[in-house]
Amino acid sequence: MAVPVISLRDLRVSYGDREILHGINFDVMAGETLVILGGSGSGKSTLLRTLVGLERPSSGQIWINGQDIAAVSNDELYEIRKRTGMSFQGSALFGSMTVGENVALPLREHTKLEDSTIEIMLRLKLEQVGLAGFEYHMPSQLSGGMKKRAAVARALAMDPEILFFDEPSAGLDPIIAAGIDQLILELKKAFRMTIIVVTHELASAFLIADRMVLIDKGNVVAIGTVDAMRTSTQPRVRQFLDRVPEPDVEGELDYLQTLTERYRRHA
Amino acid sequence: MVGENVVEVFYQVGASVTDSLAYLGSLAILAGRAAYFTFVGPFRGKAVRWQSAASQAMEVGVRALPILSLITFFIGLILALQSAYELSKLGALNVVPKAVAISMSRELGPLITAIVVIGRSGSAFAAEIGTMKVSEEIDALEVMAISPVDFLVSPKFLAMIIMVPCLTIWANAMGILGGALFGVTQADFTLRRYVQASIDSLYVRDIVSGLIKSVMFGITITAVGCQEGLATGGGAEQVGRSTTRAVVISILLVVAVDLVFTGIFFFLGAR
Repeated sequence: MAVPVISLRDLRVSYGDREILHGINFDVMAGETLVILGGSGSGKSTLLRTLVGLERPSSGQIWINGQDIAAVSNDELYEIRKRTGMSFQGSALFGSMTVGENVALPLREHTKLEDSTIEIMLRLKLEQVGLAGFEYHMPSQLSGGMKKRAAVARALAMDPEILFFDEPSAGLDPIIAAGIDQLILELKKAFRMTIIVVTHELASAFLIADRMVLIDKGNVVAIGTVDAMRTSTQPRVRQFLDRVPEPDVEGELDYLQTLTERYRRHA
Repeated sequence: MVGENVVEVFYQVGASVTDSLAYLGSLAILAGRAAYFTFVGPFRGKAVRWQSAASQAMEVGVRALPILSLITFFIGLILALQSAYELSKLGALNVVPKAVAISMSRELGPLITAIVVIGRSGSAFAAEIGTMKVSEEIDALEVMAISPVDFLVSPKFLAMIIMVPCLTIWANAMGILGGALFGVTQADFTLRRYVQASIDSLYVRDIVSGLIKSVMFGITITAVGCQEGLATGGGAEQVGRSTTRAVVISILLVVAVDLVFTGIFFFLGAR
């Protein structure tokens, strides 16, 4: 039986007075690919940021490889982060460095490897993501899909045990997005890494996931294997998977509330 | 009703005082963390980022030389003209070099240098770090277990602490040369005698007090620029706001630091 690499226990996150995540519980097993699904504003991005320690939870625990990152010191958090990688939605490559320098940065910072070794490793990483020969290009010279790939290469630099993806196919055309999905599948097959992907792209989610979590308004609505999700009868899951728009009434109420709120603030 | 308003006024004053103190505190924390990475880090097996600091120093220091030279040359000339306006009535044009040299090295050299550095580098720090914040690059550093303060902020502090005093010395010299233009053309000095008179009128403490101030200015400008950059919210217009705030707050704080240190030197010198 697989052991959980990540365990969330009653995880709550707030921005100021507003609670975004209302007690999240789930486990991620070693070597599986878990897709976190959710609409805009569901809290799925906040969940991912909390998992990598960019947001501190207001309560609850996040166990990663037996350490609760909600309670560890900054130094310990940095040690855990050296064994994880993350690919950002906007790729977040450093614009002032070449693609090669971007990929080599974690190696230069955290290892005492010779420059020549680092050079070989960065070429390997770039080849893995299909960007061989692009090490001297600047990020601004790359297309959106290539930037994403370069960001994945950088996330892979330290041979992480866990890899996080924030909206891997956001802003890409279907063909390039399919290429990124393919890349994730290849990584999964080649390295047996634990991969966590946040997305709202259903097609991509069903292609890459072993299991899925649906987050809605800060709560876990459903969690299960791809097949279980596909056949789920849970209304919220069906609505999300069948792409049914929100009923209008709720929208109107929200709209009314924002109007009165604005009025109240002025008064 | 009136009582309520009075309470409200006190509340507002209290809140803004607390906010200002909190802001100064955050600057001090940032400077402290940068100092930790620069001075304590090397003893914990983390190399000082000399290469990054050197390229920052090039940008902050060397590239500022042309514009700084021009401005301080003019300031020196203006000082000579202004002091000559009064001194010529007393027939004391021979003390113009002294007036220019002392006001340059004690006050205007460091201050004008700081203003130029704020405009060129303080704003650039805020814009650079702010843009990185908006495009998630700061988050990316964090996730790669690289401290943004270590990676981005501490080289800037190192560069500024070294370069701002250097620029100040240069500014002093250019100011004196500016004064010399007046001295040579209007007051029967030769260039050599003017420069000699300037040097003779300066005490080491005049220059040193200016340099101590300039180090403090460098720390202030870097702290504000980087703090504003790191505090940038989402969106491109926020970067613009941070940059503006960095410039305005830096100018205010530099003048305040100037006042404090000038006061300290005044009372130390009076004893």
